[in-house]
Formats: sequence, C-alpha cells, structure tokens
Amino acid sequence: MAFYRPAPYQKPLASVLLLAALALPSVLSAFGQEFYVGFATRVLIFALAASSLNLVLGFGGMFSLGHAAFFGAGAYAAAICMQNGISDALLAFPLAMLAAGLLALLVGALSLRTRGVYFIMITLAFAQMAYYLFVSARAWGGDDGLPLAGRMTLGGLSLSSDNALFFTALSALTAAIVFLGRLADARFGRTIQAIRENETRMEALGYPVFRYRLVCFALGGALAGLAGALLANLTGLASPNLLQWMQSGTLLVMVIIGGVGYLYGGVVGAVVLLCLEEVLSGFTLHWHIGLGVLLLGIVLFAPKGVAALFGNTTTEHDD
Amino acid sequence: MTEPLLDVRQLSRRFAAVDALKEVNFSVEAGEVHALIGPNGAGKTTFIHHVSGALQPDSGSVRFAGRDVTRLAMHQRVAAGMARSYQITNVFLGLSALDNVALAVQGRPAAGSSFRFWQAARAEKRLFEEARGFLEQVGLAGRLETIAGNLAHGEQRALELAMALATQPQMLLLDEPMAGTGPEESARMVELIEHLARHVTILLVEHDMAAVFRLADRISVLVNGRLIATGTPEAVRADPEVRRAYLGDHR
Amino acid sequence: MTQLILEQSLNGLQFGLMLFLLAAGLTLVFGIMDCINLAHGSLYMVGAYLVAAAAQAADSFWIGLGAGVAGAAMLGLLLELALFRQLYRRDHLSQVLATFALILIANEAVRMIWGAQPVLLNPPEALSGPVEIGGFFYPAYRLVIIAFGLAVAGLLYLLVAKSRIGMWVRAGASNREMTEALGVDVRRLFTAVFVFGAALCALAGGLLGPLLAVQVGMGESVLILAFVVIIIGGIGSIRGALVGSLIVGTVDTLGRALLPTLLRALLPADAASTLGPALASILIYVLMAGILFFKPQGLFPARA
Repeated sequence: MAFYRPAPYQKPLASVLLLAALALPSVLSAFGQEFYVGFATRVLIFALAASSLNLVLGFGGMFSLGHAAFFGAGAYAAAICMQNGISDALLAFPLAMLAAGLLALLVGALSLRTRGVYFIMITLAFAQMAYYLFVSARAWGGDDGLPLAGRMTLGGLSLSSDNALFFTALSALTAAIVFLGRLADARFGRTIQAIRENETRMEALGYPVFRYRLVCFALGGALAGLAGALLANLTGLASPNLLQWMQSGTLLVMVIIGGVGYLYGGVVGAVVLLCLEEVLSGFTLHWHIGLGVLLLGIVLFAPKGVAALFGNTTTEHDD
Repeated sequence: MTEPLLDVRQLSRRFAAVDALKEVNFSVEAGEVHALIGPNGAGKTTFIHHVSGALQPDSGSVRFAGRDVTRLAMHQRVAAGMARSYQITNVFLGLSALDNVALAVQGRPAAGSSFRFWQAARAEKRLFEEARGFLEQVGLAGRLETIAGNLAHGEQRALELAMALATQPQMLLLDEPMAGTGPEESARMVELIEHLARHVTILLVEHDMAAVFRLADRISVLVNGRLIATGTPEAVRADPEVRRAYLGDHR
Repeated sequence: MTQLILEQSLNGLQFGLMLFLLAAGLTLVFGIMDCINLAHGSLYMVGAYLVAAAAQAADSFWIGLGAGVAGAAMLGLLLELALFRQLYRRDHLSQVLATFALILIANEAVRMIWGAQPVLLNPPEALSGPVEIGGFFYPAYRLVIIAFGLAVAGLLYLLVAKSRIGMWVRAGASNREMTEALGVDVRRLFTAVFVFGAALCALAGGLLGPLLAVQVGMGESVLILAFVVIIIGGIGSIRGALVGSLIVGTVDTLGRALLPTLLRALLPADAASTLGPALASILIYVLMAGILFFKPQGLFPARA
C-alpha cells in the first residue's frame, strides 16, 4: 500500500475534460441534441454520488452497502425544503448535506463497531430501514415519493433551464473532487488510509480510530446528500426507490468499475455505467443481461477496475 | 514510597477453559528496565496486550502514571504515555520509513488533531524533521526513503522501535524486539535499548537471555500465566523455582 | 382478539420457518466460504419459477415442487462450479460485484422467459381449504408449510449436529484453514453446502409461491430479511439461523398485525395512522440494532 498519489497526467487530463464539459451544452445544442444535457447532468450527479462512496470505501476502506440511504435522504431533504417554502438552493443544498451527514453519523455510530461481513450487512439493513421509513411517511408522499413544485433557484439564478442545472452539478462535482484531492494529501486523508491498512497499529499510535472512520463515513454521506438534492431538482421528485439497496449496489458497481481508491474512480464509473446503459438499452429491452455479463467479465478478468488499467495501484483489498 | 509507573494488580484472564493469566501482580518503577521472561506460551504477549489495552481482563486492575487505565481503550493509554512495539513486525510495509514514523509523530496529542482536510501533510516540515530525528536515533538515518517492506529484518525491528519512540512515551513496551534478528543486529538493538533506557522506562519481553541479563534492572518470570518470581537478575538466576520451570532456555 | 393473535402467531411461525430455509443456506455460505452471495434471493426466485412451471406442466403441485427443487439444485451446482469457485478466494468487493451481476442476469432472464407478470402457482387441491384448530379456522396449506419447515429444521439439526458431514460443516464454519489442514476435501464440501442451500431456497420459493406472488424481483425483499436473520443469529450458525428466523418471522408478522391497533389505543388517531405502519415495517431493524448493541457477533456466533 502507498498513500494515494495521482498519476502525473491526471491533472492535465482532468483539466481538459473539465473544459470539454463546460463546452458540452453548447456543442449539444449545435447538433440539436439538447435532450442530452439532462442525461449529462444525471451522469454528473451520479459521478458525485459514486465519488462520495469512493471516499468511504476506497480511501476509508469501509465497505458500505447502504450508501444510497444518504443519497435518497438528500433528495428528500431538498423536496421537503421546497415543500416548506425554501426554494433557494444556497440554503437547501447545505441543509440536504447536513441531513444526510447526520443520518450517516447515526448509522456510522451504530455500524462502525462491527467489521467485515457484519458491517456490510448492517449498513445494508439500516439503509433498508431508512427506505421503509420514507415509504411509510404519508406526509412525504409515501410510496410515490415527494414531488418538487419546480426547480430551485441558486441565489438569484433559476435552475429551471437544463443548462443552469448542468453547470450547477458540474460545479458541485468539481468542488467535491478538488476537496477530495486535497483531503487525500492532508493529515485526515493519510490517517484514514493508514487506518484502512492497519487499524491496530494506528490504535497503538494513539489515534482514536473509530472517530476518524465515523467522520469519513459522515463526510461521504453529506456529499451523497448533495448529489441527492441535485437529483431531486433534475427529476422533480424525491423517490423512496433512491434508498433501495439495489441503488446502493449500483453506486458500488460504479465505484468498482471506475477503480476503488482512485480519485476519479467514482466519476469514471458513473460515466461508464450510465453511458453503457444508454447505449445498450438502445439495442434491446433486456440490456440488463448484457450489463450483468459485462460486470462478471470485469470481476473475472479486470479485477482492479477500469481506472486501474490506466493508473498506479493504491489499494490491495484482501479483507 | 512513590507509586510505580505501571502497577498491575491481580490481573486474570481466561480463554475458554484455560487460565491465560492468573492473578498477576506486576509493577514497573519509573526509570527502570524491567524484563518479563518465561517459556513459550507462558502468556507474556497476552500480558502485554492487557497492559496496552488490546485486551480486557476478567478481573484485576492496571494503573499507569497514577491513574486506573483498566477500562481505557488502547489509544487512550497511548495518549497517557504508553507505547508498544510488536513481536511480529507491524509497520506499514508500503510506506517509506520516514512516512511510517511521521504517522507516529502526527498521532501525538501535542502534534495537534489530524482532522485537517486541506493542507498537504507533506508540507509539514516540523513533522518530518522530528520523524527524521527518531530514525537517526535507531540508526536508520540512511534509509529514510526506503519502503519499509524493502528493509532488512533487523532494520524493520529498528523501525518498529522508532515508531514506538516517536509517540514520546513515558513507558515503552517492547515485545521481543530481537525476534528473528541475527547476532550483529541483536547487538546493535541491545546497545540501542541501553541508550534509550536512560530517558524512558522500559518493560521488556524477551527470549534472548544474554540481552535480558545485560539490560534489566529487574526480571519477572511468567510461567503458565502465573508470575513465579520477581527480583534482580542475580536473584532470579539463583531462584530454584525459576531454574526448575525454565532451565536452559536461552539462545 | 386472541384469535387474531393466534392466527398471526401461526403466520409468523410459518414465515419464520420459510425464512429459515433461506437463511440456513446463506449463513453457511457466509460462514464457511466467507463469500457474500447477493444472488441468494435470485435462487429463491428462480426456484419458485421452476416449481411453478413444473407444476403447470405436470398439473400437480407436489411433482412441480420436487422437479423445481431438483432443477434449482442443478442450477446451483452449475453456478458453483462455473463461478463461485473463483469467487471464494476473491475479496468481498468482487463477490458483491459478481453476485450483483447475477441478480441483474437472473431478473432479466426470468423476465424474458416468463414475462413481467406474476406467474400463477396453485396450492394442491386437497390443501386449499381451511382446517379447524381449537375453535378457529386456519388454512390447511399454511399448516403444511409449517410442518415442512419443522421437518427441514429437524433434518438439518440431525445432519449438522449428528452426522460426520455436519461435523465438517461446523468445523469449517468456525475455522476453515484448520478444517483443510485436517484433510477434509473442502472443495467438495463447499459445493455440497452451496447446492444444498440452493435447494432449500427453491423449496422455500415453491412453498411460498401460492401465498406470495411469483414474480421478478421477489428475491430482493426476502434477501434483506435473510441478512437480518443472519446478523441476529450469528454467521455460520444453523441454530442462530433458526432462532433468528423465528424471531424475525414472528416479530415482523405480529408487529404488522398488532402494532397499528396498539398505537391507536395509545395515541391520537392521525399520529397512530402515520406511526403505525412505519414502526411496524422497521421493527425488525430496530430489533436487529438492539441485539447488535449487546451482542455484536449475533446470538450464536460460530466463530470464537
């Protein structure tokens, strides 16, 4: 194991891609494909959600199978804000992050005392518990979810235009990646990576391991909440299905495909999976089988994920 | 009469039906080197685990620096001034020696919280200066950037020691620091521990009898989970019960 | 009221025993092979579909049940040999990815073959009526399910506690390396455990088919419950799986039936009507969290 160190071409490549992303809406409208701005926004949102899981799983080494609970909680927080007259994203988004972060703090406090398979299943169970809570909450739409009366405003700027939401999501994702990049090199990042590698040794060096893990877990939850709030704006709905464990599985698959522990693992994974979904579903209604076979192929033949094919290894997972 | 730095009273622990430790009374005075010896399987490492906080006893107490630490977690005891090295090398094999010790320095309460998210840790000169200092102390000045996994076995044992030192403890728990080392590395380790003993209290678990008799101010003997003798090296050497339980087990 | 409680208790027992069939196989796979199998619910689903198809073809429930279980066992064998063997040595991440992929494939394959609508599976003619027990009527079929469940539980107990294979299984659950070192053919043991687990899944799916809908995605909801059972009972322990499933089965069923009524008696009407169903559905998770707080390894952990 080594501390995460980005490959030298990473920053330039990321800058190029960012510029390309900035130009995307204009390019799409030039080709009459404005519809795809919504799709691109969706990709950005899932990239953020998957990156938040990557913080928890890749850097923190915590295999959470219930991360979607925080994604969904953020969406609901946003919808509830709208429901109660808070339509400014500058207020609603931080609130969503706070709500999701607090939920993650609670779940983490209860789950992080367990290890291995237990931890995996407990996070799963708690997420399912959150799902049932939201489904049975009739004040929040129950089964059908809670719709948003419209898109929020960002300060004075309305997000009802697809382009505005796209750039908001892009800003959120960029800010998150920058933050995660700095975090990885900062004391906190080194600490949780070291804890991931050798928890007992870190305890023996005086680190309160539980506390660091919990904060990492909660941070991941908060970032997922931001993604959820963005998604609620995109789809106009906070659906309880967002909290289902299959959704957690999807996020996990994105991170694994993209490369666990790589800064851009979540981004790459979301892009690959969602684009694959878009392409395959054009061919056949039963594209899930193709996806499943592909995932099996990745597990059996490219075990470290797509990003690993391009970069230096940082994690070997034998737990 | 001042209280000993480490005061263990009536420590007992059972695993299934076996008494791993039975009513052990053990103390370490500030400033001394106290060695714990005993045949394989006597429970020495288990005892260290109980002192350091990795395990909790069924009954009995552990007092350190005037406080009852029996129920404290490991990291809390470290903050109170206890540090340990491991019998089986437990360093971060993928990191450089410098990074290993830097982690130890960073973990000290005096170094400040590690809940820092923005500033690159590599930029903290003072952290790495101190880490360098500890590595120099154990003789690894020339191996700072070497990945720990690539160090020779003896060098890894020295790194273990450096990491324990870097937490600036009041008491060092050394669990077989000479495990697996050849005669040259052993000799160097003995010199090192002798040097360290001037500044820090040491609880030493070792099989190497020559080293033990040279380094220890006092020796305690653990056999089958029971402490059967405590005293100066000469007294212990002459003790008939010790000889009976433990004859000739030196390298 | 007592009739309601009695009826729901029997329902809870029945549900719990079926959960046990699922949990037993799962806990062994987790405990002995240390393999996370998210597709366990898919085996349950495919088993139910195979039973339904065979029952329709043979126009007999029992033949369908037998054929379906046999078919699922063979499918389990194939999966074990082709895929799971590779997964045992891999880390949990890879196992989750692979079995998640299996869920996608299984759901879609079933949809392709049988369509998206639920498939009909009728209980045997002779058992489709009620039976009188101590003054009230209870469906005969559900009683038969309970009987089946108890029989399997008894069989498993004999197998695990008294037979040599059972001894190997218990040894493997508590210490895999040691068992290998003692010369047990671990690979064949693993295959046997996996196939047996698949057969139990199919049995549960087939038996529950007439009561619940046989449809795509039916496996996912039970899978989580099976996980909760294992967490409560302890990984690798059959006894834990039985106790856990009985607890989960009865608490969930009784909770859903009685909690709303109980709350209505204690709280104002609208508070009760929102709180009731919500609390009932999360009751087992709260229970799980509570048990974990005191016994983080579950009630009967197989590993020391």
